Amino acid sequence: MFGDYSLGDLGSIFVMQGFAGLILFSVYVLMALGLAIIFGQMGVINMAHGEFMILGAYVTWMTSNFFQTYLPSLFSGYFFLAMILAFVASGALGMLVEWVLIRHLYKRPLDTLLATWGLSLILQQAFRSVFGAREVGVDLPQWMLGSLHVSESIEVPINGVFVMCLTVLITVGVAYVMYKSRWGRQVRAVVQNRIMAGAVGINTEKVDRYTYGLGCGIAGVAGSAFTMIGSTGPTSGQLYIVDTFLVVVFGGAASLLGTIASAFSISQTQSTLEFFMSGSMAKVLTLLAVVGILMLRPQGLFALKVRK
Amino acid sequence: MSSNKSGVLMSDEETKGLLSPLRRKLLMGMAALPAITMLPRASFAQAPATSAVNTTGLAVTDTEVTVGILHSATGTMAISETGSIEAEKLAIEQINAMGGVLGRKIKFIQEDGASDWPTFAEKAKKLLVNDKVAAIMGCWTSASRKAVLPVVEQYNGMLYYPTFYEGLEQSKNVIYTGQEATQQILAGLNWIAKEKGAKSFFFVGSDYIWPRTSNKIARKHVENVLKGKVVGEEYYPLGNTQFNSVINKIKLTKPDVIFTDVVGGSNVAFYKQLKAAGIDLSKQALLTISVTEDEIDGIGGENIAGAYACMKYFQSLDNPNNKTFVPAFKKMWGEKTVIGDVTQAAYLGPWLWKLTVEKAGSFDVDKIAAASPGVEFKGAPEGYVRIHENHHLWSKTRVGRAKLDGQFELIYETADLVEPDPFPKGYQ
Repeated sequence: MFGDYSLGDLGSIFVMQGFAGLILFSVYVLMALGLAIIFGQMGVINMAHGEFMILGAYVTWMTSNFFQTYLPSLFSGYFFLAMILAFVASGALGMLVEWVLIRHLYKRPLDTLLATWGLSLILQQAFRSVFGAREVGVDLPQWMLGSLHVSESIEVPINGVFVMCLTVLITVGVAYVMYKSRWGRQVRAVVQNRIMAGAVGINTEKVDRYTYGLGCGIAGVAGSAFTMIGSTGPTSGQLYIVDTFLVVVFGGAASLLGTIASAFSISQTQSTLEFFMSGSMAKVLTLLAVVGILMLRPQGLFALKVRK
Repeated sequence: MSSNKSGVLMSDEETKGLLSPLRRKLLMGMAALPAITMLPRASFAQAPATSAVNTTGLAVTDTEVTVGILHSATGTMAISETGSIEAEKLAIEQINAMGGVLGRKIKFIQEDGASDWPTFAEKAKKLLVNDKVAAIMGCWTSASRKAVLPVVEQYNGMLYYPTFYEGLEQSKNVIYTGQEATQQILAGLNWIAKEKGAKSFFFVGSDYIWPRTSNKIARKHVENVLKGKVVGEEYYPLGNTQFNSVINKIKLTKPDVIFTDVVGGSNVAFYKQLKAAGIDLSKQALLTISVTEDEIDGIGGENIAGAYACMKYFQSLDNPNNKTFVPAFKKMWGEKTVIGDVTQAAYLGPWLWKLTVEKAGSFDVDKIAAASPGVEFKGAPEGYVRIHENHHLWSKTRVGRAKLDGQFELIYETADLVEPDPFPKGYQ
């Protein structure tokens, strides 16, 4: 298939395809981070993850509308405020959900699957009732549209670069919070031994609530960022949930590094395959590979070493 | 949704569904006996007697006739089907304001297919068997139509189906008010080949029956008739959100035309990423058969401005019918609502049914099916339509160019009505 193209053409395509893979990688990490925290640290299977993302997207949409109507001069910068608001909104809803629903189910992890799935249906219908069944279009400031001209034939999408930077920032932030801060130590202590953690004076209920809130908040930021590349509608969250779970399970729950490694391998496989065959086939082969590896290594790529 | 009232009421009646069909029929027959003697008295001067216009036990009284609306008001497809529901309700309201059908007001029962195909079949059965509706306006995806088709054929119902679709189907019990694939595609390809001198085409679609069949027809046409070349044909799963790889392939193959039938949420991702990858639609010709004004609402006008769409209706059409239709629609459903191709086709359903009933002088499904060919609707927002022998519509095909404000500017329309050809020879 390459016979007809010049070397220069091929070179620039490989560069752009590399970028496409990196962008896909960032998207996967960003959408999986929130779930990895909740699933990994708390053992809660959050089926409503996609809906928390879409809440973030709707917050972004409302912020964009607000700025267009009342503060058009500041419109070019609204996206940063929108992401913060998305984090706050999704995080707050997450904490509320934890208090009302999840905390009663810690001893029955499989039931959280059913409960959060129900929650996702409720949220979808709520979005539909509040924002309407049709998709909404989020207007972006001019500087976030289009692409960077690197050379004559190499163009890098600005929104892709934006997502990449955001992903790096959030990943570093989460890693710092989890592994360096006092609160992160408490979270890990609760994960390892809830009773002992409580005995040494850690408020485990509070830790749970904030962990869940943090996971949902990050989902909200991801949803906000994805308004640049995807659709915003009541059921758009469903588009992400399968890939998200795939990344988290493949990486091995409870491991931030695993999530990143898994996002990287899945995205690179898929993006490379997509170039050589049709999109549907690429997806099938990627899923097959993941299933195969999980059969050999059910605990995922990286697993926490614990005494059984 | 607010207007689900009738649907809720009907759920009481679902217990009746437990009775066997035979017993139901017997009961109905017995119940009807005393009514026969009363019927002559009930006939009005202007409206023909119920016994004369309804010989098969449909839900027709002296003052009312009941039809069903069957779309997804919830689930993934609610995005698309909401417009159809709105259009059908508007048409029914307008028909009632004009005095109804054969002197009877139309009452509708709305059921929710919930984006789930077995649910569509079940609700269709409920509408036909329990509610005895005279016609169903409904379905949107081909999958839901395929699920409903055996039901309307078994219970002899009448379905008015609004979506443009892949063809390869024809039924006594269905009137297809949208275009079938050849009607929609061929004229558009001819136009772009002539206008842009296009020789090479790149196809991108969602991976299911409609895009695959449409692209098959398009490929045959490009290769055999236009003597052009298809340089790529790519499918992505429904709901896919990452198109960077295929966009790179498009850049590599540099086609004259990108021909797309990507649907749903994927659409938004596709056009946003196309724009982000630096593909300028004012220079790169793109012809889509899946983006209507409804979809542009989600995609954003700035992401798709310059693209060409090929279908039979645009909200911006400049004709007297459309000039009364658009304000009436906005008055009923809000100033910001947009009207896409399928919404308009859904609006045709109740009207075509009314005209056919009046032509047949009866609500009986068999008589309507027989009377349908030749029925013409001069008040159609798209201009003028006529039902063909094969139960599809004669209609014009148009090409529009997307503008920044999310509307299409009409660029080209066929001089004559295009004949529907659901089983095209040489294209299969």
